Amino acid sequence: MTTHPPKVLITKIGLDGHDRGSRVVASFLRDAGMEVVYTPPWQDIPAVVKLALEEDVDVIGVSSLATDHLIVPKLMRSLGEAGLADIAVIVGGIVPDADETMLLEAGVAKVFHPGSALEDIAAEIGRLTSARRAVNA
Amino acid sequence: MNKPLDAGRLSAQETGAEQWQREFTAGVVGGKPTRNRSGIDVKPLYTPEDWQGDYGADLGYPGQPPYTRGIYASMHRGRTWSQRQLIGLGTPTDYNARLLDMIAQGTTAVSLIPCNSVFRGYDMDEVHAELLGTCGVVANTVEHMEQCLAGVDLARTSCAMNDPSPFTLLALMLATAKKRGVDWNKLSGTSNQSDYLSHYVANHMFFRIALTGARRILTDHIEFCNRHLPRWNPMSVVGQHTQQAGATPAESMAFTLSAAIQYAEDCRERGMAPDAYLPRFTFFFDISVSLFEEIAKFRAGRRIWARITRERFGARDPRSWRFKFHGQTSGVDLTRQQPLNNIARVTVQAIAGILGGLQSLHTDAYDEALSCPTEFGARIAVNTQNILREEAHLTDVIDPLGGSYYIEALTDAMEEKILAVMAQVEAAGGMYAAVEQGLPQKMIGASARSFQEKVESGEQTVVGVNAYQVEEGRGERQALPTPDPAKMRSHIAAFTAYKAARSASAVQAAQDGLAAAAADPKQNIFEHVVEAASAGCTHGEICATLRRELGFGQPLVTV
Repeated sequence: MTTHPPKVLITKIGLDGHDRGSRVVASFLRDAGMEVVYTPPWQDIPAVVKLALEEDVDVIGVSSLATDHLIVPKLMRSLGEAGLADIAVIVGGIVPDADETMLLEAGVAKVFHPGSALEDIAAEIGRLTSARRAVNA
Repeated sequence: MNKPLDAGRLSAQETGAEQWQREFTAGVVGGKPTRNRSGIDVKPLYTPEDWQGDYGADLGYPGQPPYTRGIYASMHRGRTWSQRQLIGLGTPTDYNARLLDMIAQGTTAVSLIPCNSVFRGYDMDEVHAELLGTCGVVANTVEHMEQCLAGVDLARTSCAMNDPSPFTLLALMLATAKKRGVDWNKLSGTSNQSDYLSHYVANHMFFRIALTGARRILTDHIEFCNRHLPRWNPMSVVGQHTQQAGATPAESMAFTLSAAIQYAEDCRERGMAPDAYLPRFTFFFDISVSLFEEIAKFRAGRRIWARITRERFGARDPRSWRFKFHGQTSGVDLTRQQPLNNIARVTVQAIAGILGGLQSLHTDAYDEALSCPTEFGARIAVNTQNILREEAHLTDVIDPLGGSYYIEALTDAMEEKILAVMAQVEAAGGMYAAVEQGLPQKMIGASARSFQEKVESGEQTVVGVNAYQVEEGRGERQALPTPDPAKMRSHIAAFTAYKAARSASAVQAAQDGLAAAAADPKQNIFEHVVEAASAGCTHGEICATLRRELGFGQPLVTV
């Protein structure tokens, strides 16, 4: 049985460039021993899907501070079409309540709001990774 | 009679200071040092021992160098700050309705926040439709700008365009003024976001053109505005982006001043005289909730800028020495938890900015940590300013904290911190070179991480987040504004029709002229951006031409 650490892609899709959150989270996860693939902002959805496939990540973390989460359902569909529905997607940032419901219905595993503890984000990624690997084992 | 004042002292030798120290030490159990966000240890008490500066040389009177106490003799007594609320949502008609409403409520200056698609240099038909108008107004053409500014007297209203290089929003506004017969030399306002370096290092938000191209367009823009728009401020140097991204207040002030030096040097290299461009430099800062630190940051910044303009650039005109700034209360300090607490935070931030001597102020709405603010939230934000000015009387006395032992010592300490970071940037070859090397980006990333760790360890309290939490139901938060999808669809349809109805040859000629100007360093690119906007070219078309000619900028990211 492998015990390699979770591999997580931290990215931003859409139009916004504010990356304080994604950088802080990525550096924390890396220091916590995870394998982190980090992209600059403004990624296209197909580019994220391609990267997730090539890097075989367990979890994708999408940071959204300026409504870019509204296109996360498109990302979910594209992942499904690429046969990557087993990759868990989490969203962090400024997400209004109604949008959180919409994201969870679209298959997002968890939404983290401002004020979330980095430890909690890491724990959730660990849990989602174990679940994915258990299914794929 | 003649009872000694020090009757309570242990011995005749103990001074008042020693007695206080002894009693303080006895009274404070486990007193650990208190450090502000910029890393300065703050003492429990300041006395005349802590500041022995020279009043004339270090403080001076308001309106006199080194401007520590304010850049104008009359400061807020003479002219209160401008209430410049940032607004932008939905279509141009949505924006216009909100704008006229804000003006009726007391907002004295226009600001225009475009949709993120505009910030990124695209037209509405080039991006995901879901994202249109959710964070700003979707304005791509001169027709849209006319709709945005309907009913606004352009000759009498100061307009801030959140308009990064190549400044198409200003170009669209100039085209609007021309159509209305308003003389360009009557237009006043600011090209906010002209500081491309801050975009590069901090929010990766607004640049669309490679660093070298953005550098040239900015200098072209400053030259054009100095020639044709005598009341317009083409240069806004932005500390807000770096501080929001995580820089400490001292670092953020240092990066801003270093960037201003870079821009001034670029203008000088172009052959412009310092007193021709420096009076049109303005600054834009974040105001955190760290009250005294922010006040000291602004006082120190004013003093440093007065020195730089006079000594380094040899400016002779006092208008060149004045550090004019707009402040925005910090959104990063706001919390999603118990959002009404944000009203208290914004109030403290606004007090810091006002006592710090700002010229114009945006107060965040309490619900900005949830999404774009509601009208209800925006009204409280405007009224916070009205209360501070007219109920709390913050404008009665100029620099009321001047002379406080603490404030003066802290101003000196902040100045020292700021100068140390500026020296690092200078050693890297100036701000442009430092950004290319990733130096400010690394420092900002480290400071952001360190602040987050202080919050998580509890060293820095954030009410409702790591202390004083309560259970909150989702239902307690009100619904947020979103653009009306039907209106946005007809906006897109009208845009398509607009493009089809234009003179194709005029558009092509303007685009060719723009491309030729970009290829020829002797021409002024911004002049051609203005011509293209008048000829009916869209924002996205202008940006696409310049991206093609000058290259696309990629963020330099470090984790």
